[in-house]
Amino acid sequence: MFKNFFPNKILSFSNKFFGALIVLMLFFVIVGFIYALFLSPPDFTQGDSIRIMYVHVPASFIALGSFGLMGIASICNLIFKIKILPLMAKSLAPVGSVFALVSIVTGSLWGKPTWGVWWVWDARLTSMLILFIFYIAYISVWKFVDNYEKANKVSSVIAIIGSLNLPVIKYSVDWWSTLHQTSSITLTSAPTIHYTMLIPLIIMIIGTVIYTLIIFLMRYKTEIMKFKLDKKNKEN
Amino acid sequence: MLSKKVRSRIVILMFLLALAIAVVYGVLKSLEENVVYFLSPTEINNKENISLNNKIRVGGLVKEGSITNDQMSVNFIVTDLNNEIIVSYSGTLPNLFSEGKGVVVEGKLKDKKYFIANKILAKHDENYMPPEVSQALKKDKE
Repeated sequence: MFKNFFPNKILSFSNKFFGALIVLMLFFVIVGFIYALFLSPPDFTQGDSIRIMYVHVPASFIALGSFGLMGIASICNLIFKIKILPLMAKSLAPVGSVFALVSIVTGSLWGKPTWGVWWVWDARLTSMLILFIFYIAYISVWKFVDNYEKANKVSSVIAIIGSLNLPVIKYSVDWWSTLHQTSSITLTSAPTIHYTMLIPLIIMIIGTVIYTLIIFLMRYKTEIMKFKLDKKNKEN
Repeated sequence: MLSKKVRSRIVILMFLLALAIAVVYGVLKSLEENVVYFLSPTEINNKENISLNNKIRVGGLVKEGSITNDQMSVNFIVTDLNNEIIVSYSGTLPNLFSEGKGVVVEGKLKDKKYFIANKILAKHDENYMPPEVSQALKKDKE
């Protein structure tokens, strides 16, 4: 049963607040960038090359968070068969995959001047690459499988299996010895990042989240329209 | 509240998920040697069947005051505060390589105490602070 009220609620929210979201996003991102590039201090070890962290960390959070949401949506989709859930997951995948790529590329740019290499096959970097591959697999299934129900089932399985990788990514730096450093922001202990850097980082994270929401809403609108159109064509 | 169909789907999915988690855990556990990026000096010390011909990596801190230069190479000690290993390396060092900081060396063991590195990677920890704060912390320690 197509829960008709739900997508319309999201669409009406989107139409009402889209402009406000863009303004809000621009505010956070611009302020964040000004702090990141100019007003925040260099690091006592890494100097100015730490400034790439202000892009790398938000991108990584979004890459993991989006895939986690896709995983949850896919599990609920397989259990309850709520028809808008695959559309929501489908709408998150593109922006999530781009941020996964941004995370890997900015990480590489950060690694060369600090570690001395562009890439190592340690647990953190390898599992992030695997996440990106899962994103591509998920998007490809929807793109190349013609039958909607088949694409739905296969992509949901990919999202669920790929979600098993998420705790591996997060705890890779704790479970095994890695070149990538351990987390500076945790739920259980005080942050090991000074507040003059933490605050711009949080500003950037907020701005990136709003940006992700904007892209998600734009994509979601398209997916809903496509879905309704396909349904209409099938009925004719 | 939940229909029989939904309930059976939940059960099947939970079972398959538990199976998948077990598989992932088993795979990661058995591949542990390859997943780990480097060994600590203590692990090198304790490892029984260490091969002197394979490329391995050792990670730890560069021991303070241990960096010496001779004509052909730079020598220093990698320590994990429990055990040490002497490293010899000829080549360019990364910018962040310095005493008291983290390092990962790649190369071959000459024996359990000597390591010949062909690649040095600087490893930095999760602490980020401005230089003034770092100096203030150092002053507090003295």
